Amino acid sequence: MSTLLHAEYPVDAEDYTRAGEASADIKRKLKQLGVSAQVLRRVAVASYEVELNLVIHSMGGTLTLEVSPERVRLISADRGPGIPNVELAMREGWSTANETARSLGFGAGMGLPNMKRNADEFDIESEVGRGTTIRMGFLLG
Amino acid sequence: MNIADMVNVLNARILCGEDRLETKVYTACCSDLMSDVLAFVNEKTVLITGLTNPHVLRTADMLDLKCLVYARGKVPGDEILEQAEEQGLVVITTKETAFTACGLLYEAGLRGVPIEWPESEARP
Repeated sequence: MSTLLHAEYPVDAEDYTRAGEASADIKRKLKQLGVSAQVLRRVAVASYEVELNLVIHSMGGTLTLEVSPERVRLISADRGPGIPNVELAMREGWSTANETARSLGFGAGMGLPNMKRNADEFDIESEVGRGTTIRMGFLLG
Repeated sequence: MNIADMVNVLNARILCGEDRLETKVYTACCSDLMSDVLAFVNEKTVLITGLTNPHVLRTADMLDLKCLVYARGKVPGDEILEQAEEQGLVVITTKETAFTACGLLYEAGLRGVPIEWPESEARP
């Protein structure tokens, strides 16, 4: 499978000021590639949610964008702390976000469900003490 | 309804995007929870909020929103308005509370954004 685009974005823990910059860049790049508005919106929402999750919950990590002719892939990999109960974390309304995140309008427990709803393919792996990896795919055409 | 109509209904002040008041709006959403906005809102929707931080703009950018309404006379900082201008957003502020602003817009014919419930999720 040929790769049209590959980009990596380091995301720092608790960097609320820059949170969203990676997603804005991803959206811009995909728009330049001519990705349809409908797919673009779904990628942008999922990307923003996963980027915020890295800022709010992780100890830092990387957001990776990969585009092939068939699909857009977003991979978020962090350095911990890991999610003790993924099933619970996937539930709408469940949140462990702190006051800072909540005061900014986040931490409503919609992040992971939003990602799953917007992506065509969604997979989450997490291990306490090691970290969390989320892989999302969005089919093109 | 277009944004100019909303300005009249809400007796609102235009903070940026004066040249784009003819833009049509089809539905509305009132929320300070950006995750809810990200879940349910589309580009034809106007967002009524009391939250003036940059994440409202980032959220609007992700969703290609065209108009933001600040309730209770809130005015975001200049940096935010500059960013809004760059994004092509119209930003207006009304002295009405969010509840009253929504009521006035509803009375004028604007309706809430329709929510699609996925089959996998039970409707409350």
